[in-house]
Amino acid sequence: MLILRVLQSEPLHGYAIAQRIHLLSSEVLAVEEGFLYPTLQKLLRNGWVHAEWGVSETNRKVRFYRLTAQGKSQLKHELSSYGRITEAIQEVLRTA
Amino acid sequence: MGELFRRIHYLINRRRLDAELQSDMEFHREMAARAGQKNFGNALRMREQAYEAWGWTWLDRLIQDLRYALRMFAKSPGFSAIAILTMALGIGATTAIFSLVDATLLHPLPYPHPEELVRIEDDLPGAGATDAGISIPEWKDLQRSGIFQYVVLKVFGSANLTGASQPTRMQYEGVSPAYFAMLGVKPELGRTFDPQDQTPGFTLDVVISDGLWKRAYGSDPHIVGRTMRADNDSYRVIGVMPPGFRDPGRTVDERSTEQWAAVGFSDNGAQAANRTLRAPLETVARLKPGLTLQAAQNRLDALVATLQKQFPDAYPANSKWTVRLVPLKENVVGNVRQSLFLLFGAVALVLMIGCVNVANLLLARASARSREMAVRQALGAERKRLVRQLLTESLILSLLGGVAGLVILFSMRGFLQRLIPESLPRLNDLAINWTVMLFALAASIAAGVIFGLAPARQAGRSNLANTLRIEGRGSKGSTDQTRTRRVLVVTEFALSLVLMVAAGLLLRSFWDLYQAPLGFNPQHVMSVQLWLPSPNDPKTDVYGTAAQESAFARELLRRSRLLQGVQEAALGSEPSIPLEHDGNRSQLIVEGHQSPGKQPPLVERSEVTPEYFHLLEIPLLRGRLFNNGDNEKAPLVAVVNQAMARTYWRGEDAIGKRLMLGRGRPGVGLDPQKAWISIVGVVADARTESLANAGIPQIYLSMYQNTPKELAVFLRGDLDAGAIPEQVRATVQSVDPELPVYGTKTLGEAVSASLEQRRFSMDMVAAFAITALLLAALGIYGVISYIVSERSRDIGIRLALGAERGRILAMILRQGLGLAMAGAALGLAGSVIVSHLMAGLLYGVTPADPLTFAGVTLALTGVALAACYVPARRAMHVDPMIALRYE
Repeated sequence: MLILRVLQSEPLHGYAIAQRIHLLSSEVLAVEEGFLYPTLQKLLRNGWVHAEWGVSETNRKVRFYRLTAQGKSQLKHELSSYGRITEAIQEVLRTA
Repeated sequence: MGELFRRIHYLINRRRLDAELQSDMEFHREMAARAGQKNFGNALRMREQAYEAWGWTWLDRLIQDLRYALRMFAKSPGFSAIAILTMALGIGATTAIFSLVDATLLHPLPYPHPEELVRIEDDLPGAGATDAGISIPEWKDLQRSGIFQYVVLKVFGSANLTGASQPTRMQYEGVSPAYFAMLGVKPELGRTFDPQDQTPGFTLDVVISDGLWKRAYGSDPHIVGRTMRADNDSYRVIGVMPPGFRDPGRTVDERSTEQWAAVGFSDNGAQAANRTLRAPLETVARLKPGLTLQAAQNRLDALVATLQKQFPDAYPANSKWTVRLVPLKENVVGNVRQSLFLLFGAVALVLMIGCVNVANLLLARASARSREMAVRQALGAERKRLVRQLLTESLILSLLGGVAGLVILFSMRGFLQRLIPESLPRLNDLAINWTVMLFALAASIAAGVIFGLAPARQAGRSNLANTLRIEGRGSKGSTDQTRTRRVLVVTEFALSLVLMVAAGLLLRSFWDLYQAPLGFNPQHVMSVQLWLPSPNDPKTDVYGTAAQESAFARELLRRSRLLQGVQEAALGSEPSIPLEHDGNRSQLIVEGHQSPGKQPPLVERSEVTPEYFHLLEIPLLRGRLFNNGDNEKAPLVAVVNQAMARTYWRGEDAIGKRLMLGRGRPGVGLDPQKAWISIVGVVADARTESLANAGIPQIYLSMYQNTPKELAVFLRGDLDAGAIPEQVRATVQSVDPELPVYGTKTLGEAVSASLEQRRFSMDMVAAFAITALLLAALGIYGVISYIVSERSRDIGIRLALGAERGRILAMILRQGLGLAMAGAALGLAGSVIVSHLMAGLLYGVTPADPLTFAGVTLALTGVALAACYVPARRAMHVDPMIALRYE
């Protein structure tokens, strides 16, 4: 979900995805490479992201992952269900 | 769908995509290094995980397993050849029998919506008659009943086809015009009959078979519209049926019908309105779509009840008139179902025994490979993976076997088709179609799993540390494995015993039947058939009266006696040929017997000349035989057999009793001849109707007082079987050149032909049983050899301690005997069940025939001992020094 979310604004390459999540979470969340790349393969398999060649800031040829339309709707779906669950958890925490 | 597509895309471009992933990760590492982060982790493992995400690992493993299996087979070609060959034979034979089952039992009727086709039979249990024929008004009732789309009458006969180079006989059927519309079959050329045709009698239009078209008309493309002469009548050919079309008749002759003529069946006025005049016609119908057989039968029962109320005179309550619907496919499958099931069961057993044998082989090999397996396990191979690999191996073995089996089957197709007896009813050509191929595939997979399970289970259970330790010391195997192999051998013996009992019972039935006193002497007797024309117009019939026909008969007999080698000659109607015809039953009215209701019983009848009984050596018991004075001017006389005298005049003398018979040939005329026939003699029962049944009531009439049309010349003497057909043809045609002569055979042939179907199933089951026995013997040989080699050290010690060699032999043999006995005990239990299931196929033996059971068990034990003897001898000659040092 997080990967999909950071890809929503613009296509990124693998390292940038990890960096972006790391920075956006105020350095709380660190995406392990061992998790990142297999997950990206799953996203590719499901057709939620699409890989295309681009040039990195260091002028190296690298693959950028871009969110597909299908990926966008998947993200929306996941966000809403995540929202529901966190609300529910909050509710329990507040009232219990 | 998109996902599957992407997965496949990944699979195809895997190398490139993997390289791309690698470059991504390299880049990541560079960037991370620049940012001063720690190292990246195991890149290879990551790539593997990324690969697994695409879900193709199983394919990789499968390919690996396949490659590995093929390498293993190549390494032990002998083992692989034996295993594949065993499977090929098993699967090939099973598939062959299955194709027979498929053509006869599963798809018996090659017509659209075959489940709607039924035969309608009238029963009069009160009069002791089943399938008693139908009356014309009843037929019309059925047509109006709303239960059926079409109701069709058909009558079978043969006719002389003239105008070709030789007059030939052909089988024809008179059918209601709706016949082909009912079957739903289109002609190859021209058209079939118009189902709406209302002509009361014969129309002059005929449809002919593809065979007749090719044989008699040289595939003339302009045949439609041509005229053909059959029995001096002219017919117009309106259509030719396609090559594969066979008539769904009840007998071999009916199924080889070559000409169909449309008959209205309602031309003889008053008779056609009489409900009690039952014509021996076959009634076939097609149910309204969507109507089940049961629903149709219920509606039919209601109709019968209504008719009985409406016509109480025609249907007296005590005749218990009922009308039965029988699926038409019973014409084909009715009397072969049991034989085919037996064959299929037998061949499946052989396949199973083959599987057990291959399992045994695999186990033996697994023990040789157990070290390899243990090492692989020690290096970290999962157990699941090893089991899967073993199963892959056995599946490949059986699939290769299946393919080889199909290849054998294909190449031997022609030969196998000739093995199948003519009398086995089928309307389809045997074909290796998709159903059959699918069956072979399923059989291969099932077989592979069955025989692969035992070794795979073994591998799944083996104890790593133990194996490595024991293997290191050079001993092999485990008691667990020996136990499995023993169980397998016991199974083999049990299965083969079942097969052998089945074969033994069939053999005994066959032998009893073969040995049964025939009651007539077929030696040195030949019969030749001819057919007198019976044209529709009585004025053109030159054999219309008994006087006309007996003049011909006497002249033919006189000339036949002059033929070389002929000592005796006689004439008879076609039903008088022993074991040949399909029965010719006439309605019987016995004087003074109040038959229940008005429905007379039916009796087998034939017409013969006086010489017939002496020629066939059927002895006279009382009274007299026919003589030349029993002609058209003398009072009508009959000779009956003992069974007939016993049935109708029990405790009385049959001589002098009088009776009446319905007209012989089914057809248009239905009225009994209005004259009493006196019985003048009683002859002994002869199995001329059926080998299996000596007690069928029969009545013989004098040829010179009747006008049968289908005749047979009987000749006894020192005959030249090759020359007789031509000689008789010349003789017959010297009297009347228009007459066809056909169907020459020796009566010995007729006897063996009537045993043909039994012989077929007996031969097949016996062949399967012998195969099974051989396989079982191989199995026990393997296990005992294994035990001996495993225990050679133990045996060596015993010998060193002074055990006698004879005792060692006995010890090993006892082991083998124990296995065989356990198998036999299990097998006997199975055999009791199987033999009762096949009771209907037996003759003269009870299903639990003690002699067969005991004999087969003995034979099996003997074979087992013989198979054990070889390894046991080896055990006896173990050299204690070598055995001990070797260890």
